[in-house]
Amino acid sequence: MSATPLNYLVSAGRRADVVLPLTWLTLLISIIVCIVIAALLWIAVRRARSSGGAAETRAAPVARGGDGIRWIKVGLMISAVPLLVTFVWTMVALASVAGPPRNPALTLDVTAHQWWWEVKYDSSEPSQEFFTANEIHIPVGVPVLVRLHGDDVIHSFWVPKLTGKTDTIPGQTNLSWLQASQPGRYQGQCTEYCGLQHARMAFEVVAEDKADFERWRAHQLEPAGAPTSTEQKQGMELVQYRCGLCHKVRGTSAGAISAPDLTHLMSRRMLAAGTIPNDAGNLVAWIQSPQGIKPGSLMPDQYLSAEQLVDLRAYLETLQ
Amino acid sequence: MNAANVRTPAVGIDSVAQQARLVGLWDTAPGLKGFLTTVDHKQIGIRYIVTAFIFLALGGIEALVMRLQLAGPNLSLLTPDQYNQLFSTHGMTMIFLYASPILSGFSNYLWPLLLGSRDMAFPRLNALSYWIYLAAGIFLYAGFLTGNGPNDGWFNYVPLASRAYNPGLNEDFYSLGMVFLGISTTVGAANFIVTAMRMRAPGMSLNRMPILIWGTLTASVANLIVVPAVSLAFLMLWMDRQFGTHFFDPAGGGQPLLWQHLFWIFGHPWVYAIVLPAMGMVSDGLPVFCRRPVVGYSVLALSTVATMILGFGVWVHHMFATGLPGLGLSFFSGASIAITIPSAVAVFAWLATIWLGRPVITTAFLFFSSMILLFVIGGVSGFMTASVPVDWQLTDTYFVVAHIHYVLVGINVFPVVGAVYFWFPKMTGKLLDERLGRWNFWTMFIGFNLAFLPMHLTGLLGMPRRVYTYADGMGWDTLNLITSVGSFILAIGVLLLFINVIRSLKVGATAGDNPWDAPTLEWSVPSPPPSYNFAVIPTVASRHPLWEDRLQEQGEGKSSLTRGMLLVEGKETIGTSALDAAPDMIFEMPEDTFAPLLLTIALSVVFVGLLLKSWIAVTAGCLLIGLGLLAWMWPRRQLREREPTPGDAATESSHG
Repeated sequence: MSATPLNYLVSAGRRADVVLPLTWLTLLISIIVCIVIAALLWIAVRRARSSGGAAETRAAPVARGGDGIRWIKVGLMISAVPLLVTFVWTMVALASVAGPPRNPALTLDVTAHQWWWEVKYDSSEPSQEFFTANEIHIPVGVPVLVRLHGDDVIHSFWVPKLTGKTDTIPGQTNLSWLQASQPGRYQGQCTEYCGLQHARMAFEVVAEDKADFERWRAHQLEPAGAPTSTEQKQGMELVQYRCGLCHKVRGTSAGAISAPDLTHLMSRRMLAAGTIPNDAGNLVAWIQSPQGIKPGSLMPDQYLSAEQLVDLRAYLETLQ
Repeated sequence: MNAANVRTPAVGIDSVAQQARLVGLWDTAPGLKGFLTTVDHKQIGIRYIVTAFIFLALGGIEALVMRLQLAGPNLSLLTPDQYNQLFSTHGMTMIFLYASPILSGFSNYLWPLLLGSRDMAFPRLNALSYWIYLAAGIFLYAGFLTGNGPNDGWFNYVPLASRAYNPGLNEDFYSLGMVFLGISTTVGAANFIVTAMRMRAPGMSLNRMPILIWGTLTASVANLIVVPAVSLAFLMLWMDRQFGTHFFDPAGGGQPLLWQHLFWIFGHPWVYAIVLPAMGMVSDGLPVFCRRPVVGYSVLALSTVATMILGFGVWVHHMFATGLPGLGLSFFSGASIAITIPSAVAVFAWLATIWLGRPVITTAFLFFSSMILLFVIGGVSGFMTASVPVDWQLTDTYFVVAHIHYVLVGINVFPVVGAVYFWFPKMTGKLLDERLGRWNFWTMFIGFNLAFLPMHLTGLLGMPRRVYTYADGMGWDTLNLITSVGSFILAIGVLLLFINVIRSLKVGATAGDNPWDAPTLEWSVPSPPPSYNFAVIPTVASRHPLWEDRLQEQGEGKSSLTRGMLLVEGKETIGTSALDAAPDMIFEMPEDTFAPLLLTIALSVVFVGLLLKSWIAVTAGCLLIGLGLLAWMWPRRQLREREPTPGDAATESSHG
């Protein structure tokens, strides 16, 4: 990740590439206009005869003079050029990026929830479909169609280096698409205000070579492995009868879908929709006190004993 | 029309005896009774201004608390809920309770004086509009102070604002409060429109009205058209929340996007409604200090109207990311780019006015002229968001936060503060201190730009809006710290304004009738003006009656300010025709009355009743409203509100 992960003055994918020059054009026009107007204003004010208050104002004579309308005419003629260029370029860029690709290499169903992202890998073969959360892997260099669904409130899907924003709205399906030009991790963020934890509703897009992507996909399709040690077994029990009320771990009886799928939890880099790095310490802290880390999150604090936490951690770490 | 009902007003000159008679007719009673009953547009205007500045201060304090929270990454001064209520309340306060009412205040105070009239067309409606504004403001803040402030942003998107995701009273306070406030805006707008069309001094044809009149008139027409959309939307939301209707609920066949359309079809014209009158202040105030008439009067007036007309066709640029079809978006994109043109007309007209004039630098001049630059900065960032694909990146980042603040602070607050320096002498008879004024200006100007210019970059680096905190390592830390520092400097600047006002009220230099040697009618009367404004109704022959001796071309008529219609047979002023301002009717103006206050109290009872779903209170309130209306509408002979019977036709002296 770069030093400015959400900076959109750098692009790394086709949909953003097309727009970036237009962004720069309008930005440069804007800066030039501001500088020119500031200079004109500065010179005009510098010609002031006097400075002071009411007495000085009254003392200055009143007179008409000069061809003011010429200023407006010339000003408008000059302004019209960049406006027209921007308008035409806008239409061209819009036509080239608006439509989703006709033959996407991959189709994803992304559903935004308060405050996490559910990702379903679509396939014509039901056995090839699977769910994950908050981390989207895509193969590099090919168009990926993203169908955006609303579940609770309106959110917005945004990966600045790859694509502009598209809202996820309950009751309708919006389309976006991604095409990364180089492998890498690209941060995404919810950008429609969606309640208490709008600030912590990030995700990552991981673009990788085709082979890496296929390996990842094959791994994600597998169910969770069986626990081996006693601790892991006890941990799995806990997951099944506590976490399983909301979460799913494929291959166990934890099968609810109102929270992120945990089958391959440890393959993800971040926890809680980009809030904290996913390491063993953070994982335990998060499970015990989500309300401390992400106040308002729909996951309640757990109040587990130290032994339970050890068991849970031992099991969760097997969910690679 | 009955010939016996026609009276030709006597014409005479301004005299002490005339003024004494008018004082008796027009002065508000002293004391509490006068305070509660007055319909004098000047008192109402000043109340509007003071109340709006109090809300500005409240909204400013809210902003400062938020800037403390955002000064660095991962700070926890505020909980997410507190932050969300603060940013929502800040938006509500600044946009609805400051930006629009402050302009209503100035317009209320200034309009009759600018127009050469003795009051607004509907003085009681004017009082009602203020009282409702105050009551709705208190109602909305009652929510905030009891921890039930709006918490879904001023834009209040559903389903987040629906009961399922927001079960508290927060959104009920906000919805009902906004419907309540909408009444004030609507009656105020109707009053301005009729006043502009019927209350101008004889001879003040449409093309001689000050640009401020054009600004407020245009904004009022817009308000009359669009406020019903938002009032309806808030009513529908409240019904969704309280009675299970499904206007916005997709599960019941409703549409979340309907809210956005209804809100922005109001919201965008509203943005113009809260800048056009302020632009009018600049168009009228700036030339005084440039010692020449404004350049391009006609194109300025037309561009004001053109902005508003185009302004009705741009609302979807708030919704570019909602998945609407590309063809539709391109229309709104084109309209949003085109709206730059009338704004550019204004910018070049002001620049030419300074360039071709002989500017005298005063504090008011500094505020008015610096506004040009702030307007351009806010304008070009708006132009960037007009381009759909660019907007898909810019929208909902801090770039747009910077944009909206350049628009609202740059084009509303700066002209308004300039207007305070310009018109305070008229309102109080005292000049504001120019030395403190310079400090006031530079602190505000530097603070504002320090806070909001770097914020564009914060946005370009991807910081999303409406976040209560942010992670470190995003490249935003330093920029946010600069913004926080700048916002405190800006706040000090605003504080200096308040200090200057309070100090100058006590020890300010005496202003005299026309301290700036300005050209328009308000400067022809004493400072502060008497209750009746004009001892005789002036007759106007040009756009700048007080500069005629120096500017008038050969063959043009001369305005008459000291000789005119006397109209002292009652509380009277003259009505004129809409285009040419030819006198055609004597208006009988109403006396001071408790009715507007009573009606406001009754409405407050109804809205509190609705909030608490206490149908007894609602019924009682409605009965009270009936009583209030009855008192208001009760026919009064002195207002010629009764058909003359044959018997007294001879004694009736006016016509209707």
